[in-house]
Amino acid sequence: MAQTTFEEISASDFFYRNRDLAGFTNPSRAIFAAIRELVENSLDAAESLKIPPDIYVRLSYEGEASKETQIYKLRVEDNGIGVPPRHIPSAFGQVLFGSKYKLKQQRGTFGLGGKMAILYGQITTHQPACVVSSAGTAKIYMYKLMIDIQRNRPLILDRKVLINKTQWRGTIVEFHLEGDYLRAMPKILDYFKQTAMVNPYANLTFVDPKGRLYKFTRVTKEMPEPPKETSPHPYGVDVELLQRLIQITPYKNMQEFLKTHFHRVGEITARKFLEFSNISPSKNPKKLSHEEIVRLMHMLKRFKEFLPPDASCLSPLGEELLKAGILKELKPEFVAVNQRKPSTYAGHPFIIELGIAYGGEIPKKGSFLIYRFANRIPLLYDEASDVSVRVINAMNWRRYKVMTDMPVAVLVHICSTKVPYKTVGKEFIADRPEVRREIANGLREVARQIQHFLTRREHVDRERRRLGVFSKYLPKIAQFSTRLAGKEKLPDIEKLLKSVKKFGEKEA
Amino acid sequence: MEKKKHKSSVMEKKKEVIAGLENLGVGIYEQLDSGYFPFITMPSRSTENIYYDPQFRQYILGDKNVRRSARNIRHIKPFTQLVWTASFSHELTSQRKTSTLRDVYYSAQAYDMTFKDQQESNNIITDLETVLGLSREDFNIFPEERSAVFGDLTIEYTVPGYEGKTLNLTSHPDGVLIGPALTSAEFAKTTADKVIAIEKGGLFTRFIEENVHKKFNAMLVLTAGQAPRATRHFIRRLNGELNIPVYIFTDGDPWGMHIAMVIISGSANAAHLRELNTPDAKWSGVWATDIVDYKLPSDPLDEVDIKRLYELQRDPRYKGDPLWQREIKTFMKIKKKAEQEAFSRYGLTYIVDEYLPEKLEEKK
Repeated sequence: MAQTTFEEISASDFFYRNRDLAGFTNPSRAIFAAIRELVENSLDAAESLKIPPDIYVRLSYEGEASKETQIYKLRVEDNGIGVPPRHIPSAFGQVLFGSKYKLKQQRGTFGLGGKMAILYGQITTHQPACVVSSAGTAKIYMYKLMIDIQRNRPLILDRKVLINKTQWRGTIVEFHLEGDYLRAMPKILDYFKQTAMVNPYANLTFVDPKGRLYKFTRVTKEMPEPPKETSPHPYGVDVELLQRLIQITPYKNMQEFLKTHFHRVGEITARKFLEFSNISPSKNPKKLSHEEIVRLMHMLKRFKEFLPPDASCLSPLGEELLKAGILKELKPEFVAVNQRKPSTYAGHPFIIELGIAYGGEIPKKGSFLIYRFANRIPLLYDEASDVSVRVINAMNWRRYKVMTDMPVAVLVHICSTKVPYKTVGKEFIADRPEVRREIANGLREVARQIQHFLTRREHVDRERRRLGVFSKYLPKIAQFSTRLAGKEKLPDIEKLLKSVKKFGEKEA
Repeated sequence: MEKKKHKSSVMEKKKEVIAGLENLGVGIYEQLDSGYFPFITMPSRSTENIYYDPQFRQYILGDKNVRRSARNIRHIKPFTQLVWTASFSHELTSQRKTSTLRDVYYSAQAYDMTFKDQQESNNIITDLETVLGLSREDFNIFPEERSAVFGDLTIEYTVPGYEGKTLNLTSHPDGVLIGPALTSAEFAKTTADKVIAIEKGGLFTRFIEENVHKKFNAMLVLTAGQAPRATRHFIRRLNGELNIPVYIFTDGDPWGMHIAMVIISGSANAAHLRELNTPDAKWSGVWATDIVDYKLPSDPLDEVDIKRLYELQRDPRYKGDPLWQREIKTFMKIKKKAEQEAFSRYGLTYIVDEYLPEKLEEKK
């Protein structure tokens, strides 16, 4: 008889076995994911201090791993907040440990991006990672560590404390990993370019294994307002979250419990809801039975009078920065941007930001160039499945004088406390009607602006052609008629040319 | 005939042409110089402005005018082309040189005045004709197609280098090209008392070989299909200046019939021009009735022929002489056509010995 063995596996063991979930599918995807995760951590680390990020990434070739894959050393340096020394081992050596479990807009959401990269490096090269960090204090901490995968614990191999003479602040992560840079290169470069586009206040430097330097320089030091932390909105909770809140709450009655732990629930709303759901305001939440908790969740979703979540927990880029980013990376002739008012889906607030650009470095390729971002992260895979692509394709662009063969780029940015990704790969946005509507409305707005630009441009072009025709032919008429009339002196046509011009300017 | 009078007429014409061109130039120059966008007014050549004038016995243009202004963005290019063409023609006429339609098209390129195609440059030349009321040959622009003439007429050249030289038009057995030099020549003397215009080269050569010019005292003109304008004007001069009748021989089909009609009554395309037609010329064959009477070998009329007959039936030019309607009806009835060469079934000389005398007699 076969024996079934049950074993508990650790979080790092789980991700070790299911690394596809985090995007480490193959050597080329893995190297892209590793860079992306660490760069995003670095951006967050600088932004949380409201410091314009300076990020340096170096990928160097270390040797052959197999026919298709090589071993690389990845080094990512930032000027961010730094990691407190006692947290360094866990922050980099323990999966699912981190600061990302509160409700505010953040780049990652699993809290395992950076660690996953290190974990992947370790399982492919079996080499320790090196982490150096300082909060700008007198000391710099340096750790050499590995992850004990089965136990999900950091193994500290070496630890040094250095004197911080230059008051350096930031974090450096360096580790080895297996990958395929040549195949990943286009995506990696796209990633940097697009990251630069939505982070116009960041300096990004990338040195690739061939020693080529890619530099994206900031054009502004203005940064978007950082997001505020919020409690969950009643429409967005599930049973698990309710149970956790009940565990931690210091309050012993429902009225206070609701008021304290839920977003946009005050004295009156809480009372109305408890009446609506027939729950006594003085009931102790810790005494709710399992069935009552399930019922509470359903009632929360059914109650119509909760105010929609506000957007203070979101940090959209803002129209100015969005425009600056597009101008910086695409150098277009024209750009229009639009930030939608905050909206919600299933209790999660979100804001859509859109941009449209024409000409400049945008190629004519027979279809629009589409840039998708979620919480300021570029989405580079599975474009065709994304809701914004569907909305863009469904638009009647002809109405706005926009033809698909024009050099047009469309940018869609969604920020939310919970981005509605369709898959765990987090590469495309699901087709939620609320999201779709916001994208469509925003697109119409920027489309109207590009229509205005195109009409005007067409008009100016026509005027220019018109002036060209007059200034080409009038002198010839003068020349030929002078000869025909047997005159010596050419007639003065300056006045006529000027009158054509004046007329043209008035029209334009 | 009075030699002197004709000589001066050719020279007068040249002066008139040069003056016309210069006036056009002065007009435009002065408008420009006083700060106005120049414009030109000319009769409209659109179909609704073309009328048949029974008095002139040709098509003429009505009262509608078009105004072409340099102020108008769509007009300024053709306007410039027109002024250039005028200036180019002025150069040609005053230096007594000639050019062809094709040549004009290429010459324009030297002035950065490129015409889109030959058609565009031809249209501009027609515009200039309309503006001046002169035909392009008057300002020394000729088409490529050439026809020929043969017979006892002595001409006196007026072209540079040949002034005063004479030529008898029997000098060359292939005939003499009706080109710029011949059309500008004065008629000095002749013994001919009629003109026979022939559609096809084969028959023209046969007539020369058979001494038709001697036997019938005739000038022979080869139209080579639809007669070019220079040839039509030349036939008119033979008719008018020498005061001798003109007989036209074409194929016996609607197309041949219309070649004769254009020589007699002109074409709608040249409604802006005068003195290209010869209203008193006669169509002498091959008639539809000849096909029956002479039992000529024939081919059936095909669809386009029939369609053409219906068009001609409604054409105002065909409503004068009852001959035309009679022949159209006969064609429609017998549904046959015959070429000039069909007479060869009766031997090489039959057409000259039998048919021609009868036909010339008939038309007198």
